[in-house]
Amino acid sequence: MSVLGELVRRKLALFGLVVITVVVGAALLSPWITPYPPDQQMFDGLTLEGAPLPPSAQFWLGTDLLGRDLLSRLIEGARTSLVIGVVANGAAVFIGTLVGVTAGFFGGWIGTILMRATDLMMAFPALLLAIVLAALFTPSLWIVALVIAMVNWVQVARVIYTETRSLSERDFIEAEWGIGAGRGRILVRHMIPHLVSIMVVWGTLGIATTVLLEATLSYLGVGVQPPTPSWGNIIFENQTYFTSAPWLVFFPGIAIILLALSFNLVGDALRDILDPTQKGRH
Amino acid sequence: MTSERQQDNDTAAAPVLTVRGLRTQVATPRGPKIVVDGLDLDLHPGEVLCIAGESGSGKSMTSLSIMGLLPQPMARVVGGSVTLDGRELVGLGERQMRALRGAEISMIFQEPMTSLNPVLTIGRQITEAIEAHRPLGRAEARTRAIQALEAVRIPEAARRLTQYPHELSGGMRQRVMIAMAMACGPKVLIADEPTTALDVTIQAQILELMRDLRRDSNTAIILITHDMGVVAEMADRVIVMNQGRVVESGPVLDIFERPQAAYTRDLLAAVPRLGANAGRDGPARGQPGRPAEAAPAAPPAEPAPVVRVRDLTVRFDITGGLLQRVVNRVHAVEGVSFDLTPGETLAIVGESGCGKSTTGKALMNLIPWQGEIVIDGTATHGLSRRAMRPVRRHIQMVFQDPYASLDPRMTVGELVAEPLVIHGLASGRELDDRVAELFRRVRLEPEQRHRYPHEFSGGQRQRVCIARALGLSPRVIVADESVSALDVSVQAQVLDLMQELQDELGLSYLFISHDMAVVEQISHRVAVMYMGRIVEIGRRRDVFDTPRHAYTQKLLQAVPLPDPRNRRDHFRKLDGEIPSPVRPLDYAPPPQYFMDVGPGHRVAADPLGAAP
Repeated sequence: MSVLGELVRRKLALFGLVVITVVVGAALLSPWITPYPPDQQMFDGLTLEGAPLPPSAQFWLGTDLLGRDLLSRLIEGARTSLVIGVVANGAAVFIGTLVGVTAGFFGGWIGTILMRATDLMMAFPALLLAIVLAALFTPSLWIVALVIAMVNWVQVARVIYTETRSLSERDFIEAEWGIGAGRGRILVRHMIPHLVSIMVVWGTLGIATTVLLEATLSYLGVGVQPPTPSWGNIIFENQTYFTSAPWLVFFPGIAIILLALSFNLVGDALRDILDPTQKGRH
Repeated sequence: MTSERQQDNDTAAAPVLTVRGLRTQVATPRGPKIVVDGLDLDLHPGEVLCIAGESGSGKSMTSLSIMGLLPQPMARVVGGSVTLDGRELVGLGERQMRALRGAEISMIFQEPMTSLNPVLTIGRQITEAIEAHRPLGRAEARTRAIQALEAVRIPEAARRLTQYPHELSGGMRQRVMIAMAMACGPKVLIADEPTTALDVTIQAQILELMRDLRRDSNTAIILITHDMGVVAEMADRVIVMNQGRVVESGPVLDIFERPQAAYTRDLLAAVPRLGANAGRDGPARGQPGRPAEAAPAAPPAEPAPVVRVRDLTVRFDITGGLLQRVVNRVHAVEGVSFDLTPGETLAIVGESGCGKSTTGKALMNLIPWQGEIVIDGTATHGLSRRAMRPVRRHIQMVFQDPYASLDPRMTVGELVAEPLVIHGLASGRELDDRVAELFRRVRLEPEQRHRYPHEFSGGQRQRVCIARALGLSPRVIVADESVSALDVSVQAQVLDLMQELQDELGLSYLFISHDMAVVEQISHRVAVMYMGRIVEIGRRRDVFDTPRHAYTQKLLQAVPLPDPRNRRDHFRKLDGEIPSPVRPLDYAPPPQYFMDVGPGHRVAADPLGAAP
């Protein structure tokens, strides 16, 4: 059975898959499906006193402080958040895996240098680093994604390094050397498949934290610049009004949680499907 | 012995522990499974009851059920009763159970390292066990702890209290575990494979200790083991279990001499017996337990050796301190020399840490080593991985744990095909045929090759490992404890297969093992290793029938025999620990001299000879 077929067969994974598809679809089609232009400040989007409107038939999810339609901004913001969550986090996992595996598998002075560098990065406050990097380059969506990847690979590298080291000690790897397998084969055929589950976990768990990191950067003015919406910066723009206009924090919050949860569910299922010892056990 | 047995009969009226119709159920992905089915037992004071069986027989589940220590929530007792001194234990609350555990009924486990807390001192752990049940002050508890340690014959008991588990050897740790279990004077001690993880000489000491405890304190012991030798040495009565059911139970002599159930007979027949091959040259052939056929004597006189080892030395650096400088060295293997001729099985025996596995790994070039190794004409010292590759076609290795040595993410077919692919020996259709042929050769169905290792039993997995090694048509196979992890019946089958392959293909085996009985059955020649050195080497018959080195004698003495009429009371002579091979940097190993004591039979006459 194909991997996709297996995924669909599992109810929770199917749910995740549907949510992800909806969000990706919305992000791609946003110019055509937003009920209002996301940046448009509407006169009827505010009460007479200038307060935002709660959800209604006209504005499904309500409006924000400037009278903009929240649903439209969420749909538009899905683009930013997906790029940050998927691309930036994916890049972080990729870099981290590369560094961790290289250091763990080849060891020697290369390994020492790589892991010392990783430790150094870890000791440095991630946010500070992000701010410095973001200040050096003009913030744009892709720069922010790059900055986040540069900050987030460290933990992945550390975890992958440890796992690679412990895999190297396993009997079956020794048995592979014994039959004359070369480095490339051991790495690709026998180590990477065992690291996939960690990569999947980080790839999915990391999405929520990355989206929030982007929000923090936005809040500090070095993230994605207004008026471009992202789920994170919608929350941060509006958090002070949580008591008077809770929907402004509630809906983007739900969006982030749902997306992260969905990636987690799909990731969990993927990990099980790719592990032959888990077959028939879910 | 006789008087003790008499005493058992006197007390037979009042069992201290009674189990009736015990049923234990475990939830599995495929629904609930009964793992203990209708077990009955009576345990009298001062009696040793052995529960024997192979893996999956339910013997451990039985003990956990009695102790109320079943893994929650997967397993639970679903029927029957357990009465300790007239008190029903099934259905007792956790709090009440806890008051009984350690005080009335105690348990010791297989792994003495993992059952002790590594960050607490021995003293803290023992006094904790005492204070949990007795309202004693600190000082009193400490006195009790010292008494408990002295009872298990730990020297310098007071000083041990301040030590941590890692400072003690495996045998000492198991003594501490027993001391903890016995500290409150329980009526029943359950010992689950208490000596399985220990070396045979240490095992003998622990068994001797348990015998004494039984005699001194009249504690009733349930001893759970897979080792029929241990059963014969220890048991008054025996329960044989298979697949959760009691197959047979009775006095130990009846079980060994007049087994009623077919299963018991098969089990006993499969047990390799030390001495079964005495007075014969060459390995035993045919089904173990049956009279061995006239085995081919030693292989043809002195052909060119296929493996030649001279002065093999392996040392591992131990780094420490801030700068990670080398502070000590483990002298794992020290100046070992031997030859392996075609079609011959050379066994390397010794206890853990003696360097036997390291020797095997050095032959495979898996670790750095010094000296000279010539494999089929190629000197392998300092060969790069690429240069070593053609040599690996002549020498292959089969590891101890077949599950750990197979990549769990590959099908067994891919795993068996892999060496052929790596060495470019076959591809496409031919590869498929070769793999199928290899499967048939080790008596596995070729149709099973699309399955994964975890879908096979231990014996089948080891067959996969053997098929994998055979793929390259090697001349030598290094078998590192290759049958040690298997149940005896499976072990016998795998040994048969190995001997058959040797006869057909002329393979040479370097058979690394701690099991003297298995070695006696399979090998042509034997090398005994101690502290990284060979102390005795020669034809199997010479080494087993007329051992010359003190250590060889001690090793042979310590093996428990599966014969309850031949119990030995000289275990006590086997005191002492195996010294550590960790040496300071400037340590120069003393030279070693060998004496020829017979044709090809050489014995070390070194200073070490005096030690063991």
